[in-house]
Amino acid sequence: MADVRNGTEAQAPLVKVRDLKMYFPIHAGLFRTHVGDIKAVDGISFDIMPGETLGLVGESGCGKSTVGRSILRLYDVTGGTVEINGFEIAHVDRDSLRSKRPMMQMIFQDPQASLNPRMTVASIIGEPLDEHMKLSADERLARIYELMDWVGLNREFAKRYPHEFSGGQRQRIGIARALALNPKFIVCDEPIAALDVSIQAQVVNLLEELQGRLNLTYLFISHDLSMVRHIADRVAVMYLGRIVEIASREKLFAEPLHPYTQALLSAVPEPDPESERNRKPIVLQGDVPSPANPPKGCNFSTRCPKVMDICKLQEPGVFEFGEGRQVACHLYSESMTTTAEPTAGERTN
Amino acid sequence: MTDAPIAAVPAKPDTSGRSQWWDVWDQFKSHKGALFGAAVFGFIVLSVTLGPLIWTLEPTFIDIRARNAGASMAHPFGTDQLGRDILARMMAGGQVSIAVGLTAMLISVVLGAFIGVVAGFFRRLDTFLMGLTNLFLALPLLPLLLVMVMLFRETLARSFGPEMGTFILIVSAIGITSWMQTARIVRGEVLALKEREFVLAARSIGTPSRRMILRHILPNVLSPIMVSATLGIATAIITESALSFLGLGFPPDFPTWGRLLFDAIDYLQQYPERVFWPGLAISLTVLSVNYIGDGLRDALDPRIRGR
Repeated sequence: MADVRNGTEAQAPLVKVRDLKMYFPIHAGLFRTHVGDIKAVDGISFDIMPGETLGLVGESGCGKSTVGRSILRLYDVTGGTVEINGFEIAHVDRDSLRSKRPMMQMIFQDPQASLNPRMTVASIIGEPLDEHMKLSADERLARIYELMDWVGLNREFAKRYPHEFSGGQRQRIGIARALALNPKFIVCDEPIAALDVSIQAQVVNLLEELQGRLNLTYLFISHDLSMVRHIADRVAVMYLGRIVEIASREKLFAEPLHPYTQALLSAVPEPDPESERNRKPIVLQGDVPSPANPPKGCNFSTRCPKVMDICKLQEPGVFEFGEGRQVACHLYSESMTTTAEPTAGERTN
Repeated sequence: MTDAPIAAVPAKPDTSGRSQWWDVWDQFKSHKGALFGAAVFGFIVLSVTLGPLIWTLEPTFIDIRARNAGASMAHPFGTDQLGRDILARMMAGGQVSIAVGLTAMLISVVLGAFIGVVAGFFRRLDTFLMGLTNLFLALPLLPLLLVMVMLFRETLARSFGPEMGTFILIVSAIGITSWMQTARIVRGEVLALKEREFVLAARSIGTPSRRMILRHILPNVLSPIMVSATLGIATAIITESALSFLGLGFPPDFPTWGRLLFDAIDYLQQYPERVFWPGLAISLTVLSVNYIGDGLRDALDPRIRGR
């Protein structure tokens, strides 16, 4: 259903995710019986073109990180398919997966936790080289130095341990490790969330520079909308395990269609004090429902300001708006008006 | 055991010409207690191994006329109720006690760390291995040891000689009945470590489980392993003495520190100094090993070493 893509028509997508599901089982009671599932990711589909950055945004706990980790098969997915560079990832056996690992890598959120405190920088960056390439000690060291140059780390730091570095430097070590095997696709799992604001821009600029130089494809997971607006080519908005809207950056930020996207974007402060004063944030009521027991119908129906009767009964389909734009909302179904002016909230059928 | 973190880091060309072992040694030196502990332990080990070469009295030589003698030039620590020289018996007993302590500790720590890491890392084996651990914790140790001694003493004595056979029997008996605490602690640490992002990062690289454990898990659970190892030596020495006392260990005329201590207890009223020497030796050994372990743990942790 998500095959319609704009722009580089002739090109095949590098990453194809179809109906990805990741459920974490809940065991309870005396005999640890299986009583239900946390539906962290509940059937999402998207494509990422080579060289593109797809931003994945959503509030805490909506399943963003789980998507990133499931795509790289750090979890054993419950259902759906993931295809990277033409290879099926989601259901292959361990050995053939290992040979595919070099083309997909990950940059983690917490640079402190993502580096082994007992390994030196050189051995952290060198670990992927040891695992996948047969290099002599000199070649290995040369490659480590090259990677350190790429990410802007002084070569003299090679013998130091992670605790001797600042947060930004640690994140650079993590980026160098991810780049070691010349990956095609990198999942950036909130790579800047744990950093100082002053450092965030440096790291994001580094990621952009490396993307240009090495022709990388990013899945950029973040809850920082202004950062996503800066780095992403297309943006997918998630809510409770599902993608509610996916569109090009310009379209999404200029004219959000899904009520959740509208609420999310209205929460971003304006830099201009004049327009900031006139900003009217849409404040959503209540909390996110539990992913163990999602509401019937549309997941967002419990908090949606434009909720209709049908939303509580039937899961919304995905509606195409051309140029790869998709929205999953009953406001835009055939029976409704398909104008972008969503006054349909009062019109209940 | 102690070289795990260094072994996990592959050798690499060094720009400064210093190996990591020098950093480890520098940090170890700066820990006064550890240095002092190492000196005391070294002194004890040297005196029990080289001492008999200088002090050539046989520990089993009975001079009944000189029994219950106090300290003198002929017998610096005095003699026991059969007139055997206590200094010679201390040295002979120290060899056995330290050997038993180190070997039994090694067995129990290796076993405990292995079971703990495997149980923590492989969820599939967790229930079974922790069940086994709880089973061992629930076993009444003395009857178990009694059965082990009854079953294996003759066979082992026949193939390794009576003394070596008893030694093997005792260290394995102590080793396989004292690994449970280590296993539990290590399992808990591994469960926490497994969720850290650097383990996820290694998985995304495609590091196989075996190297993941050696490179990422073991070096990071070194501290609790180290602590239980140092405590394990003390427990092993004391368990051995209890076993000897019950007649399950070494033969009665065969000196160990624990045996000397228990022999002396009967004469505690008349000759209190006879309890003092083996007691002091056991305490000093345990204390010095604890300090060495403390210093090693700090020296092997790069976060502390930097300071």
